[in-house]
Amino acid sequence: MAQYSDVVMDHFTNPRNVGEIEDADGVGEVGNPVCGDMMTFYIKVDEEGRLAEVKYKTFGCGAAIAVSSMVSEMAKGKTIEEALKITRDGVAEELGGLPANKMHCSNLGADALHKAIEDYLEKKGKE
Amino acid sequence: MRTAREVYLDNYAASPLLPEARDAMLPFLGESFGNPSSLHGRGDAAREAVEEARSRVAALIGAAPEEIIFTCNGTEANNLAVKGITAGSRRKGRHIMVSAVEHFSVLHAARSLEKQGYELELVPVDEYGRIDLGALRSLMRDDTILVSVMLANGEVGTIQPVAEAACIAAERGVPFHTDAAAAAAHLPIDVESLGVQALTLSSDLLYGPQGVGALWVRRGLRVIPLLDGGVQEGGRRGGTENVAGIVGMGVAAELARERMTERSAHLRGLRDALIAGLPARVDHVHLTGHPVERLPWNASFVVEFIEGEGMLLLLDQQGVAVSSGSACTSRALKGSHVLTAMGVPPERAQGSILFSFGPQNTLQDVDYVLEVFPPIVERLRQMSPLYAKFLKERG
Repeated sequence: MAQYSDVVMDHFTNPRNVGEIEDADGVGEVGNPVCGDMMTFYIKVDEEGRLAEVKYKTFGCGAAIAVSSMVSEMAKGKTIEEALKITRDGVAEELGGLPANKMHCSNLGADALHKAIEDYLEKKGKE
Repeated sequence: MRTAREVYLDNYAASPLLPEARDAMLPFLGESFGNPSSLHGRGDAAREAVEEARSRVAALIGAAPEEIIFTCNGTEANNLAVKGITAGSRRKGRHIMVSAVEHFSVLHAARSLEKQGYELELVPVDEYGRIDLGALRSLMRDDTILVSVMLANGEVGTIQPVAEAACIAAERGVPFHTDAAAAAAHLPIDVESLGVQALTLSSDLLYGPQGVGALWVRRGLRVIPLLDGGVQEGGRRGGTENVAGIVGMGVAAELARERMTERSAHLRGLRDALIAGLPARVDHVHLTGHPVERLPWNASFVVEFIEGEGMLLLLDQQGVAVSSGSACTSRALKGSHVLTAMGVPPERAQGSILFSFGPQNTLQDVDYVLEVFPPIVERLRQMSPLYAKFLKERG
């Protein structure tokens, strides 16, 4: 499909890190299926404060799936601070661009990741 | 990408041009370049070709040739019907009614009139997409000047009770238009027994060339032109005719009449094989549209827990071309208004997928889809948080 870059098609066709983490340290859900896209991110944080594992499940179009996959790759191994610096625009750039009409609705991966990190920090604060 | 097999099942969007139509068109893209309005020999030849096509198109729907207006597509014909008839009757009232599942070229034309001050009423449909005849009757007013209900919906295949609806409009003397574009090659049409005053045809859905359509308007009904210009098409549509296209449409209309029974039986066989085969292989798949009152070529479904574009892209990688009514596949990112009007919940409508068959398709095509599609659904469901939730709740 010509509207997507090769990188998007690669991540859509072979999405990396798909799945759930049973005992996740943080979970973040954004979007809703009524609008078209929904993503749930799961993170596991190691003792050094790095994202040891990043997994997700995504309901949505090709772009939404590719975005999730790319975010998981970008975030894996990063510290919390570094991962919080991942932006929507940065993700789109790494994907070789996204169609203009998909920039808003499908580009939710960074938000879902940040939400999972917030969830982790909140849980950690309560400990 | 090259695949083992190519299966084209998006015939509602475009379908292969009939070779007979192409052959008939070719002279008019070459040596027979005349303008039908010219008074010399070349003009005569072009005019005769257009008039022959007009007779053929008229014959498909039991109309008189002079009642056919050629347009540049079905969209223009629908616009001409909605806006032209309304403008012609504006002294009689300002109320127009169209069904909630009309093609955008009717729906958006009606919306545009609404912005100009007309009152628009959408006729509701049931879960199968059939219009509510009781509502049509009760919503009709003394100042209603147009009712438009399509003969059949291309997106979900549902055939509308147009003769009954037209009868209700006739009781009040209100002009009734029907968009027959998706149906005309497959359902026998006789405008007299149908009781309508205007009817839209599209050449490409008769397996003729793209870029041609026609509006039939019953003699005596006033239609104000959309395009002002010369006196082509009886003064109802200015502009030099697309002679080659019109000739192609004429041939396609004639072949539609000749081949209708045989073609529909073939398409129905393919459609029913898929409608029976898919839910047998994939759970939580639902047919959309009416199970019986249905276009022979249409097999439309919603697949739960996943989204249409993903299915479409993965099918494309397997050589299968289809379309979807999901929000993500529309440029406007809006979900299908047809499924919405039928009361399909938005998240389920996201899983819309349409297989539209054409005469060139075979049962092997259906078998191939039944082979490659279930793993695609499974793969997308494994990624879907909605499916995970469903499995957890089911326990």
